[in-house]
Amino acid sequence: MKKFLFVMINLLLAFGAQAKLNIVVTTPDLASIAKAVGGEQVEITTLARPTEDPHFVDAKPSFVVKLNKADALIEGGAELEAGWLPPLLAGARNPKIQSGQPGRIQCNEGVHMLEVPSQLTRAEGDIHPLGNPHYVVDPVNARIIAEHLVVAFAKLEPGAAETFRTNGKLFTDELDAKLTEWSAKLAPFKGAKLVSYHKSWPYFAERFGLELDLFLEPKPGIPPSPAHLAAVIAKMKEQHAKVIIVDPYLNRKTAETVARSTGAVVLDVSQFPGGVKGTEGGYVALVDYLVNSLAKALANKN
Amino acid sequence: MVATFAVGGSTANDIAGGTQLGGHDPNQRGFTVQGAELNLQGGVDPYFRGNANIAYLLGDSGETGVELEEAWLETVALPGNLQIRAGQYLTDFGRINTQHPHSWGFVDAPIVSGRLLGEDGLRNPGVRLSWLAPTPFYSELFFGMQNSQGGTAYSFRDNHDNEAFLGRLNDERGVKAFSDMLFSTRYAASFDLSETQTLLGGLSALFGPNSSGGDTDTQVYGTDVYWKWKSPRAHGGFPFVSWQTEAMFRRYVAGASTSVDLNADSIPDFVPRETISDWGMYTQILWGFRPGWVAGLRGDFVTGQQAAYERLYGADLSRAQRWRFSPNLTWYPSEFSKIRLQYNYDDREAIGVDHSVWLQFEFLLGAHAAHKF
Repeated sequence: MKKFLFVMINLLLAFGAQAKLNIVVTTPDLASIAKAVGGEQVEITTLARPTEDPHFVDAKPSFVVKLNKADALIEGGAELEAGWLPPLLAGARNPKIQSGQPGRIQCNEGVHMLEVPSQLTRAEGDIHPLGNPHYVVDPVNARIIAEHLVVAFAKLEPGAAETFRTNGKLFTDELDAKLTEWSAKLAPFKGAKLVSYHKSWPYFAERFGLELDLFLEPKPGIPPSPAHLAAVIAKMKEQHAKVIIVDPYLNRKTAETVARSTGAVVLDVSQFPGGVKGTEGGYVALVDYLVNSLAKALANKN
Repeated sequence: MVATFAVGGSTANDIAGGTQLGGHDPNQRGFTVQGAELNLQGGVDPYFRGNANIAYLLGDSGETGVELEEAWLETVALPGNLQIRAGQYLTDFGRINTQHPHSWGFVDAPIVSGRLLGEDGLRNPGVRLSWLAPTPFYSELFFGMQNSQGGTAYSFRDNHDNEAFLGRLNDERGVKAFSDMLFSTRYAASFDLSETQTLLGGLSALFGPNSSGGDTDTQVYGTDVYWKWKSPRAHGGFPFVSWQTEAMFRRYVAGASTSVDLNADSIPDFVPRETISDWGMYTQILWGFRPGWVAGLRGDFVTGQQAAYERLYGADLSRAQRWRFSPNLTWYPSEFSKIRLQYNYDDREAIGVDHSVWLQFEFLLGAHAAHKF
């Protein structure tokens, strides 16, 4: 009997050690940071794909099942997912990921949000009341998120707290080292003008001293009109803006047309690891790609 | 708040209740206020989530009406993957019945839902239990119990404003027993066929009494399927292709009656107890071919087996076979507004062909509630 109990306890311990935290993450950028912090202790499921528009993900029923089985949900927290997450949460009937539970992790906590509107009117397009939700692409914000996840994961799995701390430190140390390298690479282009399709890059531009105030969309979420594009073309010529950045889900043809009339180049970028080729490695690989390709494009055009 | 309007016309002289069976359909030549619907939702407290849909309507003679379409609360943390919803809610029967007009791909409701579930769709106060089955794919079971009387329980104990329905007048009897409630059940399952394609299907059934006689009841069965493809590089949800099909079958056990003059000889006619069968379906395809633009095509078909009262006293036009084809084109200037142009080719047995054209416009104020799949 004693032997049997001993075997059972060992089995249970082994099982306990095997059990990974089952974590669902809304977007691939947050997922890659969660992977870096969680390491072997977590099983990550990502809902949105890196190439699709994160504002308009379909609330597929299979996501309800994923959320139902989750130990935790990681979301942006700034309403980027407002168009598809609420009905999924309603169907998931999972107490662990209800608002206020340790299993509900909102990554914008502690992040300084840009473009928080002083006045809420949709005459300004699809603006977010909590500020621009595309904040993860700033490495300093990624650092804040990683530190937040270390604490949040430790609450969920206190036994692995030390591992999370070590993983988190490795990741933030790498970020710190990389940030110096990235800043140095983009330093020669301080004040360079960029044009983007959607207003999803202010955090990145601000971090690296790039100027980004021309957008192919007249207002967030409003499709470009010929008159607006004509005005953008005129301003690009006047300000010598030579690089247009386009996310994988946006209309590259529109950007190409504008580029042809202005002698600019179109650069494929993504906020999400895996959104463009060569960024599959994770967050650091993504920012590496962004910095290197931007530096190259800006150097060629100057 | 979603406000929906339509303007247009038809060659038919019986638009409201004739060619257009839905309560939110365009109902006259010229302008129609299809509805201004207020939606409120959110957490009630740590235990419940609530939802309310209140529709403001403007009748064809200018009178304002208010409809409490839905007002329910739902548990958020019941064990065992269970969830209870209580209040006034749209019955989980098929796909179109639980959708508000704002989410429809067409200007009007499918004919089969107007004919078998009524102009308002099926909704009543009651309680619903649903269970998310522990399968690797999405699979959910619903059981509902609701009141079976009133205009929103059309094929059940609705008195049909004291007008003849299926050859009989319906009395307004009260609830006598547990079996006088309306019971509904549904099973839905979904599979991701690939990274870009999702399939959702369901089987539904309704059981409840009707008031055409002493011991009379109705059963409605339905099956629905929805398939959607969305580009891996979708922007604003475009491009996409979706296909939705629903079929419904009603078995209506009607009592013997001498209440209605069916052959217009001023003498009420005798009709025997009988079982009346109707069925119908619609199939629709939507193609979001570029951001903001959707082209749609829908086919409707309904028919009924000749009933004894029809054999005796002539065909009931409200059960006659009917086809309808509806191509349309929708433009969404943003996700908060839309403009839709639709043509209906309508072929009704014994009445003939009618053509209708409707231009619909809609705008949304306040938060845009997220859409279910």
